[in-house]
Amino acid sequence: MPLARGVGRLTRREAFFGGACLCCLPSLARAENFAIEEIAPAVFMRRGVNREASPENLDAIANIGFIVGDDAVLVTESGGSLADGVWLRKVIREKTAKPIKYVVLSHVHPDHVFGAGAFLDDAPTYVGHAKLGPALAARGDYYRRRLIDVLGEANVGPVVMPTKIVAAREEIDLGGRIVALQAHKPAHTTSDLSMFDRASGLFLPADLLFVGRIPSLDGSLTGWIAELEALRAQGLGKTVPGHGPLTVDFPSACEKLLRYLKILRDGVRAEIDRNGTIERAIETVALSEKDRWTLFDDYNRRNITEAYRELEWQ
Amino acid sequence: MKMIPRRIAVLGFLVASLAAGTPAIAETPDSSPDSPAAREARWRDLEKSVFDGRTATPDRKIIALEAPTRAEDASLVPMTITLGGGERIKELYLIIDDNPAPVAAHFTFGPAGDSQGLPHIVKLRVRVNSYTNVHSVAVLPDGHLVEDVKFVKASGGCSAPMGESDEEATRGMGEMRLKFSGVVAPGAPAEATLMVKHPNFNGMQMNQLTRVFTPARFIDRITVKDGGALVFDLEASLSLATNPVLSFDFIPQPAGPVTVEVHDTDGGHWRQDFAHPSATN
Repeated sequence: MPLARGVGRLTRREAFFGGACLCCLPSLARAENFAIEEIAPAVFMRRGVNREASPENLDAIANIGFIVGDDAVLVTESGGSLADGVWLRKVIREKTAKPIKYVVLSHVHPDHVFGAGAFLDDAPTYVGHAKLGPALAARGDYYRRRLIDVLGEANVGPVVMPTKIVAAREEIDLGGRIVALQAHKPAHTTSDLSMFDRASGLFLPADLLFVGRIPSLDGSLTGWIAELEALRAQGLGKTVPGHGPLTVDFPSACEKLLRYLKILRDGVRAEIDRNGTIERAIETVALSEKDRWTLFDDYNRRNITEAYRELEWQ
Repeated sequence: MKMIPRRIAVLGFLVASLAAGTPAIAETPDSSPDSPAAREARWRDLEKSVFDGRTATPDRKIIALEAPTRAEDASLVPMTITLGGGERIKELYLIIDDNPAPVAAHFTFGPAGDSQGLPHIVKLRVRVNSYTNVHSVAVLPDGHLVEDVKFVKASGGCSAPMGESDEEATRGMGEMRLKFSGVVAPGAPAEATLMVKHPNFNGMQMNQLTRVFTPARFIDRITVKDGGALVFDLEASLSLATNPVLSFDFIPQPAGPVTVEVHDTDGGHWRQDFAHPSATN
């Protein structure tokens, strides 16, 4: 029936945003100040800023980008806000007309998932860890409200759920180019997914690897150490960390992160063993790492709190 | 703000959350709800309803509250209360003024929790929902109230989601540990830390897939005895953190054991005995 068909022709984006024209939203334009770099053949990445989310950076704080195969484009990270995702999509369209078939949601954190809404019209497969759905169900709305407080509603976008679940290992074929995905046990978060691009030998562990910016602990400290030690044994080389320079050498970057995590673990354990308190641990643990990481004061105390909560039950 | 009936002040989350939908009265800067005067007025109302019209006087020799100025994690804010100054303490309240259920904890001390005026430390972890004053109030044997207050910057601690799924958060519910600090000898004040696994769902965490709030289920009573003598009876609210951890001083009885009983709002009931640690050299 013609009338009914007219109603049904809303695009997905219109269904979400009531038909608002995204390109006309004034602050979206500000996400344009970034450069994209081809770090390996047909692999393009944008470096995130080492800051907290702000109206100025639009939560474009993570390293995001895309991989182009013969038939399809895979978005390795969607961005930290709808505005960030819209920017990324625009850059993709400048580089290639191939369909955007996959958008990877590397874990539950807002700086990695809120760009997903920018790709709804492409109807891609949203790929996530088996635990990502439940985690987004529990936290997505909360993250969205907190991000709206910082960026304003128009910039934030919807919570998008994964449509393809990775429980252990999966491969995605982009046409002559295989991207291998691995779902990790609780580490940085409980929903960490890493990627390996076989064609270029590039490893993309997302926030399993922080470089320069202090890591944030939200999964399991002992689990994270174990995952990194397992990865270290795999002979990985050129790597795109979730935060930091676009490419690093995996072994040396991994060592620095492991050193911090082990200092954190040992310091918190020592405080627990002497029947101490979170408050005292916060004042004393891992201070030797202070000058090695940016945003140290913003996250170390919180990491100690998380570590304490985990380790006091072990 | 009208006077809050005591029961609602303690368990009033649902009522409070409904009331939050009503528009606030137009405010001038002076009467902003965030002004010290407005905070003080809210406390006076709260104090009246919780303590039946009695008022508390500050005296940091008798009760001193330590709280972080800015909480690292609003769903796990450590509070330390030091009691003493020569006064015996009958009861202790921890009140988070602007939380949905302000009375986070109400301790009634028994003979094995009576430090006879010697310093006595209580530590617990709470959720803090917004920038708020936190009051600790001691009830003396003659009914006098003594208080201390701290301003805490934290927000979202009540609605902050659990780290994991509800199912995972509920795993091991009721598991307990008790750690003793140092030597436990009859009659000599000793310190213990109680840990209880419990998600303490406060009804404010929403599942986005189902659009349903995880139903409230939280610990509402913890009773600790030593050798049959009461250390304390704790009436708790949904402001206690997930997997609550509680440190307290007690007067060890000749034989022990320390018995812990935990009840929750779903009728859950857990009990465990902990033998005194054997003396070692």
